[in-house]
Parts: sequence; structure tokens; C-alpha cells
Amino acid sequence: MATDTRVILICSGKGGVGKTTLTANLGISLARQGLATAVLDADFGLRNLDLLLGLENRIVYTAQEVLEEECRLDQALVKHKQESNLSLLPAGNPRMLDWIKPDDMKKIVNMLKDQFNYVLIDCPAGVEDGFKNAMAAAQEAIVVTNPEVSAVRDADRVIGLLNTNSIKPVKLVLNRVRPKMMANQEMLSIDDVTDILALPLLGLVLEDEQVIVSTNRGEPLTLNSLNSPAAKCYSNIAKRLQGEDIPFIDPAEENSGFAAKFRKLMQTKIF
Amino acid sequence: MTLRDIINKLLRRQPASASTARERLQLVLAHDRSDLSTELLDQMRREILEVVAKYVEIDMDEGAVSLETEDRMTALVANLPIKRTLNGQIKLIEPSQQQDVSPQTAESIDKNSQ
Ligand SMILES: Nc1ncnc2c1ncn2[C@@H]1O[C@H](COP(=O)(O)OP(=O)(O)O)[C@@H](O)[C@H]1O
Ligand SMILES: [Mg+2]
Repeated sequence: MATDTRVILICSGKGGVGKTTLTANLGISLARQGLATAVLDADFGLRNLDLLLGLENRIVYTAQEVLEEECRLDQALVKHKQESNLSLLPAGNPRMLDWIKPDDMKKIVNMLKDQFNYVLIDCPAGVEDGFKNAMAAAQEAIVVTNPEVSAVRDADRVIGLLNTNSIKPVKLVLNRVRPKMMANQEMLSIDDVTDILALPLLGLVLEDEQVIVSTNRGEPLTLNSLNSPAAKCYSNIAKRLQGEDIPFIDPAEENSGFAAKFRKLMQTKIF
Repeated sequence: MTLRDIINKLLRRQPASASTARERLQLVLAHDRSDLSTELLDQMRREILEVVAKYVEIDMDEGAVSLETEDRMTALVANLPIKRTLNGQIKLIEPSQQQDVSPQTAESIDKNSQ
């Protein structure tokens, strides 16, 4: 029985920035570190955490039946085949959105707390009820964003709500970083985003084609493709969550050779 | 300013888009965070100017009241140039206790805790 369970909200405001991908990969990484981890799909409208984890065919019951007391929690939890420390609690029917309340989310999470070290809540996009319900059940949060104006603006809205609801700590994951564009100053830099949002960085994730390959297969990168650029980023994030002091990668170092050196020189602050 | 910015300037090229993105975000977030609509902000600006105008003669055209944000703290910054008389003195419309109103900037911090 876990006593000091960490319940972490994975949220962003804007959709499509990489919440579900992060949840799946962090879930695998934490489980691999020997931590009992539950991932909870709170995106009842557009669930797909099951798909990214390759567990879509093994769902029998969902959070809905648990709440309606039609089944026990352990009947609804889907254990991952390769990483048995990881379990998914699937989202129920989209009609759940009509009746689910913050207290329902709290109830579910409290049940999960008994068995797990980590509960990761994959949030829906937006700042409406779906997000607020999920927020009610969490203590800390990871805000995922991309180095793009719309994603950063939406992240700021979410951070405002997290602050007023005393969720802390709140940390930032900057996803889909393209080192070349950053070097050319055609993409907001890491410092730009952390300064603007005034959040500590938990990690950055490089743009990586392998992410798509992994979703095709239903195998998160951290499961079998640990050498891909994004996989390293995800497992570093998991280690930092556990308190390990892992240095951040410098996107500029990701390009090597003369071109990179030249780009670095061009970025040098003169004034 | 980076080396790249300088080269761009010399070549009269557009600045790289990241700096534009940064500036636009800073502006839009100051407003998002304030939770004030443009109308309310305008009304407040007018009323502030009216109050100040009771005590000193200000340049209504140059006056600006804006929101600025740093580290999730939003400040209401009023920059109100005070018209001076010919002999260089600040022109007070009504005698006021504060004879040495020299700084032309009044700031009030609004701890924005949204
Ligand atoms: N680091 C990355 N590199 C490349 N593609 C990514 C990356 N992260 C996410 N994606 C892609 O972006 C899309 C949205 O990701 P997803 O995790 O579903 O976002 P969200 O849950 O925030 O809506 C997916 O198609 C995913 O494959
Ligand atoms: Mg999602």
C-alpha cells in the first residue's frame, strides 16, 4: 500500500501538444523504475491513452463502471503486458461528461492511491469542466506546451487556474523542440517559454518522427526504442520526477559540426 | 541583441520570427492575465486621467495607462507627462500638499493572483 502517492495532472490548454504521448511514455518509464504507476484517462470525450499504450483490445470495464459500482477497481484496471508495474484506468463512454463531477474524480483517484506510487492524469484539452474535474483530484501538475504562440498562450490560462486552485508544484514540459529552428531564432527558445510562463522546466522533448511510428504500433518509445531522441527526453523527465539531477540537453548541441558552431555564434548576445 | 539581429539589421532583413513571437506573447498575456476587458481597461484609464487631471495639468494625448507583466505579476503602469510652466515648474492647477511632484510616472502594483 502506497502512502505518499503523487497525483500528477498532465495538462496543456491547447489540444494536440503531446499530453497523451507524455502520459504514456512517463507511465512506462516510471513503471520501469519499479514504481507502481497508474495512468488515468480523463479525456472522456476523446479518449486515446489506451491506443497509445496498445491496450485498446484489453478493456473490459472503465472508470464509469467503477463509479457506478458495477465493478471493482481492479477489474477495470488494465495491466500493461511488458511493464506490469503500469496500469491503465480507461475512460468510459463520452456520455460520462454529462454527469461526472469533481467529487467523482476525487473518488477514483483516492481508490488508486491505495495501490500506486504515481497516478498520472491525462487531461482533456480546454479549461472547461473536463479539465476542472481532473484538476480537483490532483496535487501537482505538469503543463505541456509547444514553442508556439497559441500553445504558450493557452498554457498560461491553465497555469492561472492551477495557481488559483493551489496545485503545486507546477512544472513545464516543452514538447516538439526543433533545435535547428531554435538555433535560427525562428522558434521561441527554452528560456523564452520558461520566462514568459514563469515555470520551472521539467524537461524538453525533441521533435521526433519515431513518435508517430510508436503510436502506429501502440508501443510508447520508452518501451522498446530507448535510443530515439524523444525517448531519451521522456525517460529523463521520469528520472527528474524521481528527484534525480539530470542535466537538460542543450538543443544547440543536438546539431554538431561547423554549422552548429556558426549558429551558436550567431546567437551570441552582443548587447 | 544577438549577432544575428545585427546582421539582419545591416542587411535590412526581417528580424527572426522568435523575437516577434516573444513580443506578441508578452502583450497578449498581460491582457489575458488581467482578466479585464478592453472596455473596462479603457474606462479605468479615463477615470485615472480624470482624477490626476484634478491636481496637475497632464498631457492627455501623451498619457498612457497600460498593463505590464513580469514573472506572473501584473503591474498597472501609468505614464502621465505633466505639463510644465515656462519657468520650468510643474504647473499645479490646485494647490496641493505635494509640492515636489517630480517623477512623472505613477505605478501601482496589482498582485494578480489568477
Ligand atoms: N515529440 C514529438 N515529436 C513528433 N510528434 C509528436 C511529438 N509529441 C507529440 N507528437 C504528435 O502530436 C500529436 C498530438 O499528440 P497527443 O499526445 O495526442 O496530444 P494531446 O494529448 O495533447 O492532444 C500526435 O499525432 C503525436 O504523434
Ligand atoms: Mg490527448
